Amino acid sequence: MSTQHMPLWEVFIRPRNGLHHKHVGSIHAPDDEMALQAARDVYTRREEGNSIWVVRSNDIVASDPDKAAENFDPAGEKVYRHPSFYDIPDEVGHM
Amino acid sequence: MYSQGLIGADTTTEETEEFLAAFQARIDREEKIEPNDPMPAAYRKTLIRQIGQHAHSEIVGMLPEGNWITRAPSLRRKLALLAKVQDEGGHGLYLYSAAETLGVSREQMTEELLAGKAKYSSIFNYPTPTWADIGAIGWLVDGAAIMNQVPLCRCSFGPYARAMVRICREESFHQRQGYELMMTLAKGTPEQKEMAQDALNRWWWPSLMMFGPSDSDSSHSDQSMKWKIKRFSNDELRQKFVDATVPQAELIGLTMPDPDLRWNEAKNGGQGGYDFGAIDWDEFWRVVKGGGPMNRDRIAARQKAWDDGAWVRDAALAHAEKRRARAASATLEAAE
Amino acid sequence: MSKSLANALIALGDDHLILGHRLSEWCGHAPMLEEDLSMPNMALDLLGQARNLYTYAGELEGEGRTEDDLAYLRKDREYKNLLLVERPNGDFAHTMLRQLYFAAFMQPYWQAAMQSKDATIAGFAAKAVKEIAYHIRHAGEWVVRLGDGTEESARRMKHAVDALHIYTDELFTVTDDMAICIERGLLPDPQAMRAEWQNTIAQIFDEALLTVPEVAFPQEGGRDGRHTEDFGHLLSELQYMQRAYPDMAW
Repeated sequence: MSTQHMPLWEVFIRPRNGLHHKHVGSIHAPDDEMALQAARDVYTRREEGNSIWVVRSNDIVASDPDKAAENFDPAGEKVYRHPSFYDIPDEVGHM
Repeated sequence: MYSQGLIGADTTTEETEEFLAAFQARIDREEKIEPNDPMPAAYRKTLIRQIGQHAHSEIVGMLPEGNWITRAPSLRRKLALLAKVQDEGGHGLYLYSAAETLGVSREQMTEELLAGKAKYSSIFNYPTPTWADIGAIGWLVDGAAIMNQVPLCRCSFGPYARAMVRICREESFHQRQGYELMMTLAKGTPEQKEMAQDALNRWWWPSLMMFGPSDSDSSHSDQSMKWKIKRFSNDELRQKFVDATVPQAELIGLTMPDPDLRWNEAKNGGQGGYDFGAIDWDEFWRVVKGGGPMNRDRIAARQKAWDDGAWVRDAALAHAEKRRARAASATLEAAE
Repeated sequence: MSKSLANALIALGDDHLILGHRLSEWCGHAPMLEEDLSMPNMALDLLGQARNLYTYAGELEGEGRTEDDLAYLRKDREYKNLLLVERPNGDFAHTMLRQLYFAAFMQPYWQAAMQSKDATIAGFAAKAVKEIAYHIRHAGEWVVRLGDGTEESARRMKHAVDALHIYTDELFTVTDDMAICIERGLLPDPQAMRAEWQNTIAQIFDEALLTVPEVAFPQEGGRDGRHTEDFGHLLSELQYMQRAYPDMAW
């Protein structure tokens, strides 16, 4: 009887050239090639993409949600990174 | 660490009143909750139960319709049915994926299903003796499912909501497929029309039961509404379904098997709606508890697929292990 | 002439219908959920090709037979599919091997058919060649994993080879109707696919630790409408509705 778990893989699809690969979900597969095939069979049945990435879920390194404040809040202070921070005359038009 | 990383991980949170209030505030602000976010244990547990049941329903739901794939009466119907049943497998898969982000494995959920510990939609415990049942399932069962599922696209838990968006998009052809099939039968020979009416008679009441017990008897509803896992009550959704479906039956000349069904101008805040007869909740609970016509067969079929597939899964894992070992020794040799 | 081409296309359509039908029997019962999506994908490819082939054959015949007339309303002797494709699913090893045997033949066949002097056939081939290439990959990878997996899977894979290899010679049969079409450049010669088929199988078997068996008594007859006993049961399911409720629209 199966006692081992079939590894879990995260699937990323690029809808078309010019766009990023985007996370679409996950699948179970024993190895790289079968993971790609499963991703193809599960997630591209309706012409959803032209390129697939699969990566073992265990290999993804994710930021800690408890550190979300220290990671991401400081960026909110940097208003000078945004064009609206700078006043220029309306006559200049779009810049 | 993304999703499987959570399987077996310590996900306990200290649930002080402040923590619970802050969580509820996030929900109230319509913020989505993502897998690694702190969440109350009961929220996690509710979602695992609900998404798991939903996934099981899709998987068990493959069986009654799968029963007709090899007997579909035309190639066009055969392709549509096969694609639809395959979609249901896909939907089960997306949902298991969503549940797995909460720290439970697909294997674990499957074992709970097979052991009778996890529930699935009781509708799939009814048999499909005739071809018209395929039409009735697509039209009524998928129709009811869509009523349930569309609001779930806005569920507070991100992975569940995303899976539902994908599922709803894919399911748009399912109900049309079923209705078109019923329509073809209804305007066919008297024998075909009788087949369609018979299927409608058998599936109508179980379809209404799909929305679950009346609001007054539903044990999980209040908290789920508060957490925005559910957006509408069972009775609200059931009423919407009846109001949408009755005219569809009339349009193709079929009769709802409910003598108490009648239009009521005063319903739905004056917009009007249908009054309908009493649902046989004894039947509902009997089927939920394992006493439906097909409960045993459904689980036996899933058990058989799981058992018969064990050697295949084992072989695939063993082969992957061999490859890893070979690659490792090749690297070692190259280094020497 | 068009009668010969129609007959040859019907035989090819029968291969696709019957194999697609067999694969579809798995739906909901696969060894893992991912396979519950993969097998129907292949079945849908095959059934889609069957529809194209039947529809075109019906037009060529000019007797008003539709795809469904051809798929559902013939007697067992009138189906001309290979015995290989009608063999029961058996276990997953049998199913994947049967798929590989057929796909490894159809891939070069469709490749060659892209050069057909009949533009419709060339069009079918251009679409099918991509589908079938994936079937080889999917079934081939499974044959490798099962052949070189566990002791049990290796035993089952060898058993499948013993059971199915005897039906592979029929892939290369040239019927009289086919011969006429080959002569006129309308269809490829199945005989010309033998080397590539053997090569594909040899490569995959090598990786799967399987041996190509010596076949003392190859089995054939499907192209002549002589089927195995299982075929009648397949037809009784396939045709049930059309036979029980004749002349109705579905």
